[in-house]
Amino acid sequence: MAADEITRGTNRRTLLKGAAAIGAVAAGSQLLPGAARFAQAQSSAPIKVGFQVHRTGIGAAYGRWYDRTTKAAAKLINENGGINGRPVEIIAEDDGTDPKRGAEVIEKFANKHECDVAFGTLFSHVVIGSAPRAGELKLPYFVVSEGHHVASGMLNRYTLQPGITDVKSQVQSMAPWVADNLGKKVTMIYPDFAFGHDHRDYFSEAIERQGGNVIAKIAVPPRETSFFKYLPKIPKDTEVLYHVMVGPGVLTFVKEMGEYFGDDRPEIFGFIDSLEAVDIASPGLEFLEGSHFWEGYPRYAGPNQSEHDKFYRAAVGVDDNGASLSDPKDISTYAHMFGCWETLHILKAGMEAADYKGPKDRQALIEAVENMDVFPESQAHPQGSKLFNGRTHQAFAHQHISKVEGGKLVPVHKTSIFDTYYEDEVDYTKMSF
Amino acid sequence: MIKSILLHGAVIALLIVLEPVLSEYHHGNLARILVLATYAVGYNILFGYTGLLSLGHAMFFAAGMYGCALMVRLAEWSVGPAFLFGVVCALVAGLVVGMLALRTIGVGFMIVTLMFAEAAHLTIAYYNEYTRGDEGFTIPQAVRTVAGLDLSDTTTRYFAALVLFSVCLIGSAALVQSRAGRVLVAIRENEDRVRMLGFNPFRYKLLALVLSAVMAGAAGAAYAVLFGYAGSTFASVQYSIFPLLWVLLGGPGTTLGPLLGTVLMFYLVDYASGTVMPGLAAFVEGSFGIEAPGLASAYLLLVGIALVLLVLFAPRGVLGVVRARVMPWLP
Repeated sequence: MAADEITRGTNRRTLLKGAAAIGAVAAGSQLLPGAARFAQAQSSAPIKVGFQVHRTGIGAAYGRWYDRTTKAAAKLINENGGINGRPVEIIAEDDGTDPKRGAEVIEKFANKHECDVAFGTLFSHVVIGSAPRAGELKLPYFVVSEGHHVASGMLNRYTLQPGITDVKSQVQSMAPWVADNLGKKVTMIYPDFAFGHDHRDYFSEAIERQGGNVIAKIAVPPRETSFFKYLPKIPKDTEVLYHVMVGPGVLTFVKEMGEYFGDDRPEIFGFIDSLEAVDIASPGLEFLEGSHFWEGYPRYAGPNQSEHDKFYRAAVGVDDNGASLSDPKDISTYAHMFGCWETLHILKAGMEAADYKGPKDRQALIEAVENMDVFPESQAHPQGSKLFNGRTHQAFAHQHISKVEGGKLVPVHKTSIFDTYYEDEVDYTKMSF
Repeated sequence: MIKSILLHGAVIALLIVLEPVLSEYHHGNLARILVLATYAVGYNILFGYTGLLSLGHAMFFAAGMYGCALMVRLAEWSVGPAFLFGVVCALVAGLVVGMLALRTIGVGFMIVTLMFAEAAHLTIAYYNEYTRGDEGFTIPQAVRTVAGLDLSDTTTRYFAALVLFSVCLIGSAALVQSRAGRVLVAIRENEDRVRMLGFNPFRYKLLALVLSAVMAGAAGAAYAVLFGYAGSTFASVQYSIFPLLWVLLGGPGTTLGPLLGTVLMFYLVDYASGTVMPGLAAFVEGSFGIEAPGLASAYLLLVGIALVLLVLFAPRGVLGVVRARVMPWLP
């Protein structure tokens, strides 16, 4: 199976070939005699990975878990021989979840720490603020953001997102199941800024393709503290209420929804982004019982837990409820943080494929990753198999829908990778370095 | 006056001389610092010399940034005219906000400017279709050129930032040593007496606010074209606090204080953002019984602590102290 057949094509047939390739590669990987099979390294100097981490600012809860996941992945890679026989060194810098500081941190990685790559950014505005500098400094920038900014073509050849699907994929892949199981008349309530607008636009298109429609779009201004005045705007014939509220107002939002609807409520569907790092069984969230959520990766280990998930949880320090092994009240950002683990493993694979020796091989590293097409489910990819589109620098993966039952998230549906795919909007491989 | 000219000339000369000798890392930092210091120089005219504490200056920085960046993105203007348009946007914003906010004094002025800035911030988020709201947007490297010069080139960027800063610094120094500048200082010290002497404080305060807004807007527009990004974060309250902090640290009411404060705070943040301080988290846990591992390397915490300490113990800033003890002629 030629890599090009998967990454260069966008139609369904090509994707089917890609899916077949996943199986073939996965089967093949079982024959490999262990992971530590590196050639004798010509240099023992560490591979320096600049980790742009949200330690402070609005992304701090995510940053804490991105940090833990990254350290765990680096530890595993080093235990298995590192990259090309060289150890991985994670150099973390707090970006304050701020685009200006993010760009400064990129410069620091490139010019002070002399990092080989930059990695790990989540919040979209930090990615978009940092990517121009990464491109100018010719520093490969592997983001774990889930924003559509990479695949939209807004950024540059040095910015890639191979370890997590983007929001466009996530949203559109929910529509078939929502239409078939919850209803086709949808009211959306969302924050009135880019994140909410992305949901509004992508889901509206996707649900219409399923024969449904969004009958009301209710935008809530940022920093709103009470939501009562918005709830009467929800039409009576709403079958599904789609919510993506984020920030400190989420608990109030849920509580006021409960008081407004009582027992007579529509089906409710939300994105777990609202409640990452929050215990679903928290007081005030009882109203969510019976509602559904998108999850990038199920927080609770169910009866069908894979051996890879079991390994990954143990390595990162997460229990079966998605909380820290050392503190059950410390809830992880499980739906997103796997992206750090998987991206570091892709970086390892890319560097080994490019025979990466130093910054002069950065272009070869980019090209090696662009030529990747499938990431089969494995220890390196515990969230599941993925297809990678080298032209758009974006990965596509299974998504999950879970139902709140007994204060826990119980998986009820896993999408196909096809549900997440969309037409190319850019071809980064045609851009010069 | 001669000492002042020599001092400012020496600072600009030093910045020119540093360009070829700085390491790539500090070279890039200084280019950014010069843009931010331009913002602080503008803020200092209003706060340091006129005594008006604005909590909404980010709106002027953002007016320049978006005025410029949107023209490049949507109207496909070249960078030069777009930059000037950004400055004009900041000027108009300063004029309008000044006409309204200067009807208040003291805490009222702080609150009104804060509210205007919040309105500007939310407006940027609301018109997401054009501004890309909180995410912001990039300005492609290919269009960031002026007169054939590539503004993403490190040397060009450095000198572009230096020219902007120098113009604003010299303008600021000339202003504060002029008759109008002395009136501004007099307003800061005793506005009623200024009025009794026959001056119209409102006009002078409006002049200070508009000049301050223009410099903030020029810095915002320069940031967009030099670093290739515009986003609503730059309109948030945090970016109204930063210039206050830089000016407080360097010395409010001194022409070079904004540059010094910006340099010191930049490198404090730069040091703190990559430095794990487990002792801090352990101290908080031991003293208050609160587990706070996030404190281990939280640079924003240091920024906050610096602001509190400055207000409490060193309100005159570094150059304010130097002027009081060593160089009384320092403008």
